[in-house]
Amino acid sequence: MEFAREKASLDIQGLTLSYAGKPALKDLTLRIPRNKVTAFIGPSGCGKSTLLRSLNRLHDLNEDVTREGSIHLEGHDIHDPRVSVAELRRRVGMVFQAPNPFPMSIYENVAFGLRLQGRMSKRRIDDVVEWALKSAALWDEVKGRLRASAWSLSGGQQQRLVIARTLAVEPEVLLLDEPASALDPISTLKIEELIRTLKPHLTLVLVTHNMQQAARVSDYTAYLHNGELVEYGPTDTLFTHPRLRRTENYITGRMVG
Amino acid sequence: MKIPGHAAATGASRRWQGEGPWAWLSAAAVALSLLMLGALLVLLATRGLGHFWPADLHQLRLADGQRLIGVPVETRQLPDDSGYERRYFTANRDHQGGIWTWVAEDAIEQDRTPNDLIVLQRGRWGAFFGRLVAVVTETERFGGDRAWQALRQRLDHLEELRQQSESLRRDHILPLIRQMERMKEHSRLSEQLTELEQQALTLQRAMTGTVLVLETADGKRFEQPLESVLDAWHPNSMGSVEKLAHWSRGVWQFLSEGPRDANAAGGVWPAIFGTVLMVMLMSLLVTPFGVLAAVYLNEVAHQGRLTRWVRIGVRNLAGVPSIVYGVFGLGVFVYGIGGSLDRLFYADTLPSPTFGTGGLLWASLTLALLTLPVVIVATEEGLARIPLHQREGALALGATHFETLTRVVLPMATPAMLTGVILAVARAAGEVAPLMLVGVAKLAPQVPVDGEFPFLHLERKFMHLGYHIYDAAFHSNDVQAALPLVYATALLLVLVILVLNLTAIFLRHYLRLRHGVPVRR
Repeated sequence: MEFAREKASLDIQGLTLSYAGKPALKDLTLRIPRNKVTAFIGPSGCGKSTLLRSLNRLHDLNEDVTREGSIHLEGHDIHDPRVSVAELRRRVGMVFQAPNPFPMSIYENVAFGLRLQGRMSKRRIDDVVEWALKSAALWDEVKGRLRASAWSLSGGQQQRLVIARTLAVEPEVLLLDEPASALDPISTLKIEELIRTLKPHLTLVLVTHNMQQAARVSDYTAYLHNGELVEYGPTDTLFTHPRLRRTENYITGRMVG
Repeated sequence: MKIPGHAAATGASRRWQGEGPWAWLSAAAVALSLLMLGALLVLLATRGLGHFWPADLHQLRLADGQRLIGVPVETRQLPDDSGYERRYFTANRDHQGGIWTWVAEDAIEQDRTPNDLIVLQRGRWGAFFGRLVAVVTETERFGGDRAWQALRQRLDHLEELRQQSESLRRDHILPLIRQMERMKEHSRLSEQLTELEQQALTLQRAMTGTVLVLETADGKRFEQPLESVLDAWHPNSMGSVEKLAHWSRGVWQFLSEGPRDANAAGGVWPAIFGTVLMVMLMSLLVTPFGVLAAVYLNEVAHQGRLTRWVRIGVRNLAGVPSIVYGVFGLGVFVYGIGGSLDRLFYADTLPSPTFGTGGLLWASLTLALLTLPVVIVATEEGLARIPLHQREGALALGATHFETLTRVVLPMATPAMLTGVILAVARAAGEVAPLMLVGVAKLAPQVPVDGEFPFLHLERKFMHLGYHIYDAAFHSNDVQAALPLVYATALLLVLVILVLNLTAIFLRHYLRLRHGVPVRR
């Protein structure tokens, strides 16, 4: 059992989350291994995005959300009152479904997170911006126009810019919430390639509707349904020999309740 | 492929083909609004700007032997349909009592425009139409052709002296008087003052001494001291270029000089300055308050019943009549705060009030209050339009709420804030009613900014274009005569608001470009 021996980056224990009293996640327990790609799949409204957003405490914004259970990042409870939410979110970066570059230049977008961390020399920022754009496989396309508005880029480029922006603050975990669902097939392919090249450097968690995408890029897959964790295991096993009938129905496209 | 017969159809008409009269109705509504706007501007422009055109002077001889010199203004039918009568502007208030004369067209025996007729613009009694016979100085008499030349020369010299005297009064005497009002120790200052007044008197004397001998239409001769003449021209012998130059100078004087003759003549510079300065101060006051209030309502406060009620309250404040704000400003700012300020800091000048009376600061504050709802509502709408994923993007990078607000949300909402300021400026610049209670003056020829510390005098009363219009139209001796200035001032008010708005619009455009937000079309 290789899976059991993986070192956990995120350790979720008995997580229950409710929106205004209605449970959205029910007693989830799973460990997300370090330097691997873990995919969450499941039908719309199954709670996979909710789960993802609880990993960087983005739910804190919503006063209606109540939580039970714990999440540990590298052995530390992320809900510990001594933990700074801002620092947690720097360590656990997130890329959203629709590309959301800020209304600034390409350069300023990537430098945004760095500038939040206090004063840094112009040289250092230049270096990090170049490194981040290269890591996100965008450098060659934008190096001549770093001062241009980020909104002048295409959708796929914007999404890679957002990834570069997140990488610039050197997160340990990268959460990807359907990062390619708004993109054309070629841009999607580029994002998937990027996910593969990033894997050795950080832990990736991917939410996707696209079964093939999950199969292509992820090492482990969790299938969620109605806020419950139905099945979780190595992607190869889950897609070829699902233990449960419900999982099989979902991945083969036969939806039965 | 080009389909024959369809080439001429434009987008809108093709799209609406066969869908009834809605396209035409809506187009007609737009056309009507544009037409009314155009008519308004044309009316103001022709009536207002035409006033400065040096119109030809007509010399008439009537059937009953009467002679008069005037400019035809309007023609109307006689009540018994027997013909038409014409109204002439004949000036010379000091000799005829009135400045208008109605003449029946049939009664005109002779109508000529001789070249030697002149117009004098005088400090008192308004314009003079007639002939120049001679210019008499203490030593010499210039008659005939030399008279006009002598007059021109002396007028130019007079203008120089006037400017010297004016700057002496404005830059030296008035500040000294104000200084004396503040200080206890007077002796040295009053010596200075006497000396300055002596200088002013010398200048005054230098202006006197020359007399014009003038002749009216009916041949009556009289003498006019030169120092009361402001300008002179002979329209009938001027070419169009000369007339245009004269017109431009007239418009420029209107824009750059202070009013004369109880606001019925002269320029409106103090009013322009007062309006613009007051609106700018108002914007400076209202923008930070409005933006902070909107940020609190939209970003900080818990979105519950209370914020909903506050929002309803703010929106309804926008509908409160402006005079109510004027009453509030008078009670709270002028008498309340201003009165207390006077007791605390200006006790030595009491009972004459410093801040306890209407002034620039109180007027700006009152209008800021009046326009606050506009700015709050516009900013709130701007903030609400910022997509959630932009905020989440910043938060997900480790930004705090405050950093998200200042670095992403507010820059993106700046165009909306400026929209609010534009609306506020448009409303405030045209507002007159509350100003009458909190600081506008009929006549305040000194603008509230000068070289005297603290340079910007917030406690002074100021002139305002809107109030100037009201005053000239209802409170001058001869409303008919002041009417062209009323039109011109109204046109100017529209232009001032336009310029203020355009400034803000360009600023908004620039900010949109800088923040990469696509310009909405």
